[in-house]
Amino acid sequence: MAKQDNGRAKWSMVVDSDRCTGCQACVVACQAENNIPLNEEDIFKQRRAMSWIRIERYWEVPFEYTQHPKKPEDAPFDQVKARFLPILCQHCENAPCEPVCPVFATYHNDEGLNVQVYNRCIGTRFCANNDPYNVRFFNYWEPGWPETLRNQLNPDVTVRSRGVMEKCTFCVQRIRRTERTARKEGREVADGEHAPACVQACPTDALVFGDINNPDSRVSKLSKDARSYRLLEDQGTEPNIHYLMKVDPFLTEENGHE
Amino acid sequence: MQERVAMGGNLQEVEQKVNRDLLISVTGSVPKRFWVAVALMAFLAAAGFGAAGYVVAQGLGATGLNRPIMWAFFITNFVFWIGISHAGVMLSAILRLAQAEWRRPATRAAEIVTIFSLVNAMLFPIIHTGRPWRTLYWAFPYDFGRGIWPNVRSPLIWDPSAIITYLTSSVLFVYVALIPDIAVARDRTTGIRHQFYSVLALGWRGYPRQWRLQIIAGFLLSALILPIFVSVHSIVSWDFAVNQSVEGWHSTIFAPYFVIGAVHSGVSAVVTVMIILRFLFKWEDYIRPEHMDALGRLLIVVAITWFYFFAMEVTFGLFTLENAELGLRSMQFFETPYSTLFLVFIIAAFFFPVPMWMFKNVRRSFFWMTITTISVNIGMWLERFLIIIPGLARKQPLSFSWSTYAPSVPEILMVVGSFGFVGMSILLFAKVFPLIPIYDVKEGEILRREMKIGKVTIPAVIREE
Repeated sequence: MAKQDNGRAKWSMVVDSDRCTGCQACVVACQAENNIPLNEEDIFKQRRAMSWIRIERYWEVPFEYTQHPKKPEDAPFDQVKARFLPILCQHCENAPCEPVCPVFATYHNDEGLNVQVYNRCIGTRFCANNDPYNVRFFNYWEPGWPETLRNQLNPDVTVRSRGVMEKCTFCVQRIRRTERTARKEGREVADGEHAPACVQACPTDALVFGDINNPDSRVSKLSKDARSYRLLEDQGTEPNIHYLMKVDPFLTEENGHE
Repeated sequence: MQERVAMGGNLQEVEQKVNRDLLISVTGSVPKRFWVAVALMAFLAAAGFGAAGYVVAQGLGATGLNRPIMWAFFITNFVFWIGISHAGVMLSAILRLAQAEWRRPATRAAEIVTIFSLVNAMLFPIIHTGRPWRTLYWAFPYDFGRGIWPNVRSPLIWDPSAIITYLTSSVLFVYVALIPDIAVARDRTTGIRHQFYSVLALGWRGYPRQWRLQIIAGFLLSALILPIFVSVHSIVSWDFAVNQSVEGWHSTIFAPYFVIGAVHSGVSAVVTVMIILRFLFKWEDYIRPEHMDALGRLLIVVAITWFYFFAMEVTFGLFTLENAELGLRSMQFFETPYSTLFLVFIIAAFFFPVPMWMFKNVRRSFFWMTITTISVNIGMWLERFLIIIPGLARKQPLSFSWSTYAPSVPEILMVVGSFGFVGMSILLFAKVFPLIPIYDVKEGEILRREMKIGKVTIPAVIREE
């Protein structure tokens, strides 16, 4: 289901896993920008921690340890590499989470965003079950902040109550703000004029945000890179986030490179 | 398999005895153990409702749900009770159309089990959302005035449609069959109860025209309810089968597999309920070993069909040879605690009861039928649990988010309370209305009468087939 060019922007992101150092600055920035409740220790132990973007850490072992009879856990530690994969809502063109919502609380808008309508959500959590990326978060508790953090809340973002599903919005409040400013000044939104909090916070420039319908934008150029792939592409979800493969300078044809 | 066991005495005496025995709950006094049972069930139900109130007040944080295990005990219990509700149609509609004689005392109990387990099942998805007042917005009454329509692509819209249709038709079905019996109760009561039954009896006088209409309505409803019998649990199974992202859920065999599983657990539940009622109301003359025998034979057929679908479901899963599917199956079968639960499930649902039912002595023993049918329902509850939880716990392929689930105390209380609620409702219904169809039993008695002409004994009444 390729997206037709309707003259609107199609917001998209490129995640360069070669540049990601796993520093989690994006996680903190997202937490602050989007009024996500604090993941305190007991919330974490209940496995209900929320972070719209998370860094998944995987251990990579040399190729021969993935083959029987060798086991991955027997690989010598100096050959084991930590790999980081930032995962956020993929804003799929063909999102599995959308058709299962009985009340249209999640739908696709014409800018390629997978939008969540908080006050329409009734909390069936069907979308979370049908979401292959595990990027939907349910408010099991009424969110609360310490008194000292009251004034830290972002006034542009709704505070979600309990019983509501939430997820990455691509910082839609920032998109709207730039669009308003551009309209006021009578010009087009420039590439790189705005970015979600995670992109803004990334110290290594691993995350790039922009309009993929614009052929000159950084995102559309990077998404055509040879290293580009999309997460779980076999599921047919047509994600809007492009990942760039890790470049391994030591990888040769002998140790597993195809 | 017709056994012509008629009660002694002439027809008039038999009819008087039937009226006396079956209306004992309405006109006479019930045994003390009845009220003990009601009190016990009410206590369990109260505990369940208390737990539900606690969860609603605290938020779903009070449950064991987490990410990605977003559905657990509530949905397991929902599917389980929808399954139990299939007994009603199976026993009354199909057996009525097939004119199986032995169904007579069982039909209404089965229909009542259907109604109350449906009501009970509908409570669970509502509590499951955490904010029940929002769910009303979703299902009823929907505010079309704002131009926001429900998403008909979602199985959660199909669900309430199917279930409410089922509930409506089941209530009608029970009511049509109940009218002649309400009239009998009306004629034997006084005061406020007389007025109550008078209103419900809809002016029933037993004229031939009324009987004809009642019988036609019963047959029509039996035939109309049959498609619902297939559709309801198919639709419940699609809650899972349409999920592309959960391994072990997206199987095309789910609809028939769930339907036959529902019949398996439902018929077992009806047997349990009938035996309990026989004990509570001393209905030894009406629920007899030959009824258990017939139900036992039916259960063998149903259980073996169900096992075939179960085996096919596993086979189809393994046949794909996908790593994710194989991983899920190995977790279901070999990893604690799921391996233990799996063992209990398969033994309790199939390998213990079915060989037992092969023996005539077991089928005719009320004690063993109680044990085996309760065992089936323990197994079938675990079956639903083992479908729902492992798939979510190992949501492939991003292994970073794998999780586990342990139910919290309120969730367990609510599951226990649901049994109390259904049990209490059935018992109280049996106090107000005769739970064994009086006119149906009398009709059976008339059909069983024989008369002697010369040296030959022939049936006294010949029924047109």
